[in-house]
Amino acid sequence: MKKTRSIIANIVLILLCILWLFPVYIIVVNAFKNRAELYENILAFPKNFSFKYYAEAMDKMEILNALKNSLIVTIISIAIIIVLASMCAWMLARKDNKLSKIIFSVFVATMLIPFQTLMMPLMQVLGFGRDTLHLPVVNTLGGLIFCYIGFGASMSVFLFHGFVKSIPVALEEAATIDGCTKFGVFWRIVFPMLKPVTMTVIILDVIWIWNDYLLPSLVLSSKANRTIPLSTANFFGQFTIQWNLAMAGLTLTIIPVIIFYLCAQKYIIKGVAAGAVK
Amino acid sequence: MKARRKKDAAWYCLFVLPLVAVFTIIVIIPFFIGIGYSFFKWDGLPINPKVFVGISNYTRLFSDSRFMTSAVHTIIFTVIAVLLINILGLTFAMIVTSRLKTRNVARTMLFMPYLIGGLILGYIWKFILGDGLKSLGEAFGMENVFFNWLIDKNMALVALIIVAAWQMAGYIMIIYITGIQGIPDDVIEAASVDGAGFWQTLFRIKFPLIMPSFTICLFMTLSNCFKIFDTNLSLTGGGPNNATEMFAMNIYNEIFKLNNYGYGQAKAILFFIVVAAITLVQVSITKKKEVAM
Repeated sequence: MKKTRSIIANIVLILLCILWLFPVYIIVVNAFKNRAELYENILAFPKNFSFKYYAEAMDKMEILNALKNSLIVTIISIAIIIVLASMCAWMLARKDNKLSKIIFSVFVATMLIPFQTLMMPLMQVLGFGRDTLHLPVVNTLGGLIFCYIGFGASMSVFLFHGFVKSIPVALEEAATIDGCTKFGVFWRIVFPMLKPVTMTVIILDVIWIWNDYLLPSLVLSSKANRTIPLSTANFFGQFTIQWNLAMAGLTLTIIPVIIFYLCAQKYIIKGVAAGAVK
Repeated sequence: MKARRKKDAAWYCLFVLPLVAVFTIIVIIPFFIGIGYSFFKWDGLPINPKVFVGISNYTRLFSDSRFMTSAVHTIIFTVIAVLLINILGLTFAMIVTSRLKTRNVARTMLFMPYLIGGLILGYIWKFILGDGLKSLGEAFGMENVFFNWLIDKNMALVALIIVAAWQMAGYIMIIYITGIQGIPDDVIEAASVDGAGFWQTLFRIKFPLIMPSFTICLFMTLSNCFKIFDTNLSLTGGGPNNATEMFAMNIYNEIFKLNNYGYGQAKAILFFIVVAAITLVQVSITKKKEVAM
């Protein structure tokens, strides 16, 4: 009796979850259908699997190029954020003087500023960099990465700072006595110990940067530089009426996300929980 | 001694300065010049003059009916979405922390929508709640319930709430799970030995013990919903007839579509003040709770 009840409960739960992910099912199956079949019944399974629309969407969205751009921006931004923020946070936590306290509070305080408050003046700053200083900051992936380092700084410094405070200083002191420079102490002793919090920062930043639309839409204008959200938005602007094609495009854009999720699921859930609770 | 101090200072600069420099250029400078811009009238073209107008950009806000409507809609959206997301998130969290064997699979599936970004998520639902619903209505003869929700001004707001809930419920679930797993088993056992039923355990034991999670989740959803932009843009684009134009999108349109750079920036500063106020209230509440525990 108890066993059957538990089996039923398990089945109900799985059905509930399948229902929850139903929107994903709808876009995946309808991308296989032709127009008539699509409007006949959107819930039905496709009669024959034609990858025609997938191929067309792949071509029109230039998805490989977008994927390349998204990967470049996400990986380089996060690598630089990790290096600079961990170094900065460690120094701020260890040299606990007045200046460090002020810098740290400024980092924390700016976490309150929503992006919309900064977007217009930021564009003016970047415009100044391009026109007066002749720096390649507008419409380049480098410029976008530069922005992500600035926007990602606060939260990563905050997370690293909290973690550094929880690890003992003794080991670092021993290394200093043995003749290690600050640089050596940090990279050989401290950084390896920061691994859990580094994972958290990576996960949170991947979710943020990979999906971000507004900042790249303001910084990047040329077609060649489009990231995945930009190429999706652009593609939708042109092909909304052709839903099967549009849905093929959407399916393609969520495949990398699902692969990432399945590979790093444990870290993702842990990272998101750690990032939220702090 | 002096040399060592100098060396220490050099190390300090080497570690701290690079990030602080980038951060200053990207965040600090724009923030302050943004406050400056909000006192000017400017159309965004460098050749055109910026005219100082004092606080008139701010006083104008309150007689701007499009802005006020957008503010009211944002509040309605936020309140309903926050309640819905938290109810769903908490329910999911309680289910997946039970002893069911499928709990881990369930957790994985429920959390997934959060990883699909707001923009793409909005496009997915644009089909389902637009043409998709319409074709279902025609197929099953229920056209009064299943029609294109996105072109109806009330249902479009409902649609936005549904999509926001779909995106964030799994995320909020993760935070509630952390809270629920923090409840010591012996407390629950003691309650059941004392004869507490399911509902009694829930309301008298579990809920009071996960109060900190409640505070975090409420404010996290509050500030996320209030700042919604990507989903708004892709799902309804603010339509029909600006009925679903939320606060953030109103600012974006004012600046980049209507080219009122100064006035739009004044809205953006007000937006900052509201978001900051919400977060500061949260921090003070969380701090107070910590003392009480």
